[in-house]
Amino acid sequence: MTTISELPPGFADKVLSAQSTFRSVMDAMARPGSVRRIVPMAGAPGPMMRGTAAIALTLFDHDTPLWLDARMAESPDVVKWLKFHTGAPVVQDCSIASFALVSNGAALPPLDRFALGTNEYPDRSTTVIIQLESLVSGRSFELRGPGIDGVATLQASIEPFDLLERLRLNEALFPRGIDVVLVADDAVVAIPRTTRAVSKGS
Amino acid sequence: MNAPAYNFAYLDEQTKRMIRRAILKAIAIPGYQVPFASREMPMPYGWGTGGVQVTAAILGPQDVLKVIDQGSDDTTNAISIRKFFAKTAGVATTTATDEATVIQTRHRIPETALNENQVLVYQVPIPEPLRFLEPRETETRRMHALAEYGLMHVKLYEDIARFGHIATAYAYPVKVNARYVMDPSPTPKFDNPKMDNCPALQLFGAGREKRIYAIPPYTKVVSLDFEDHPFEPYRFNAPCALCGAENSYLDEIVTDDKGGRMFVCSDTDYCEGRQAAGHHGSLSAAPYKEKAREASNG
Repeated sequence: MTTISELPPGFADKVLSAQSTFRSVMDAMARPGSVRRIVPMAGAPGPMMRGTAAIALTLFDHDTPLWLDARMAESPDVVKWLKFHTGAPVVQDCSIASFALVSNGAALPPLDRFALGTNEYPDRSTTVIIQLESLVSGRSFELRGPGIDGVATLQASIEPFDLLERLRLNEALFPRGIDVVLVADDAVVAIPRTTRAVSKGS
Repeated sequence: MNAPAYNFAYLDEQTKRMIRRAILKAIAIPGYQVPFASREMPMPYGWGTGGVQVTAAILGPQDVLKVIDQGSDDTTNAISIRKFFAKTAGVATTTATDEATVIQTRHRIPETALNENQVLVYQVPIPEPLRFLEPRETETRRMHALAEYGLMHVKLYEDIARFGHIATAYAYPVKVNARYVMDPSPTPKFDNPKMDNCPALQLFGAGREKRIYAIPPYTKVVSLDFEDHPFEPYRFNAPCALCGAENSYLDEIVTDDKGGRMFVCSDTDYCEGRQAAGHHGSLSAAPYKEKAREASNG
């Protein structure tokens, strides 16, 4: 049983660390496929990577229902850490979640189970944060769309392997859709709903 | 009791988180207006409270901030907002467009081309381009949902029917990424082409109307028009009287009560930069500068 004092710490400097982390995430979202580094580090509980922990401390609070995948939800440290540091309510139903934390991509639920927003309010959709092994090696993908000057290349060990194929649902749903943030350790890449990906093979 | 102290960049952290989440969704859905819980700011609505909140949410200690009001760095609104952030965030400020990392603007886009490391934050009074055509929010929201923009084209057509050309000169509606019709804030339509495929991220904040929207970098932004009445940016047919620029947006300045007037660049930084580089207009006598130049030369 972990007590609060044994939990991994949050940011040393809440204000400036959150600002720096947000700018990395904002730049990632504005330039899909580009790899951004998250500099300020907080302690990361259990299966949560340091980048994910920093994003959680930056964006989560009592207004953002969270959905955790099985590996995250089974870790009492993760649940306690999130509750203590962010106060965000953890929900079982991923269709009402503002954010979803996925540490095991292979067990990602079908994307249409998450909140997709409505045509009137497409912003009321889930941002899915998926942890990966690597954002520098693995399969290559060509990305196109707003934020990209022509074509961007993303090389990542993406799991589930067909994630970018699954994200094609964004094409038909737009303006509804799912925005994805990929995290590998301290590296972050965003794939907003406007990005179209083509696999270039391995 | 301690002296009153503000959080970095004035806003509290919970507010910043809320605004930051709205900004991320705004970037993900280009041109869509994301509702946000706009706060009271220590300045009146209409003075850029939306832009100030967006700037406060993104600003960090390493940023260099530039604030312009109608292109000018030296007007009340620009000076007070620049001082506000110098005081509450301690950030470096500048008037040089190419030195700034965050540029907050009211009603202009700088003449100097923006780069990838910059963020342009617009102060927006009325974010809804359809508002003057349809006052009900429920209706305009549905029109956006269905991409039903015929009414906007009717409005532009009525311009042509009455004036022979599209007479809308500012807040000229644009279509972002071939989906959302968006109000570029009351920038002159001269600036519309600069929004298209811009390397910098563009964020829009409307404080009173409680909306945030965005144009990601390298995004297609098209000004609405007709095949037989294509979009044309408007510019006074004159060079700048101070720097002689032929391609900048001009302000008309009345100089006497006998019809005298001069045209000068609205972008003060651009105009001063050109003058420093030796460009002269018809009225840029500036004798003290001539003397200084002569003194340094000889």
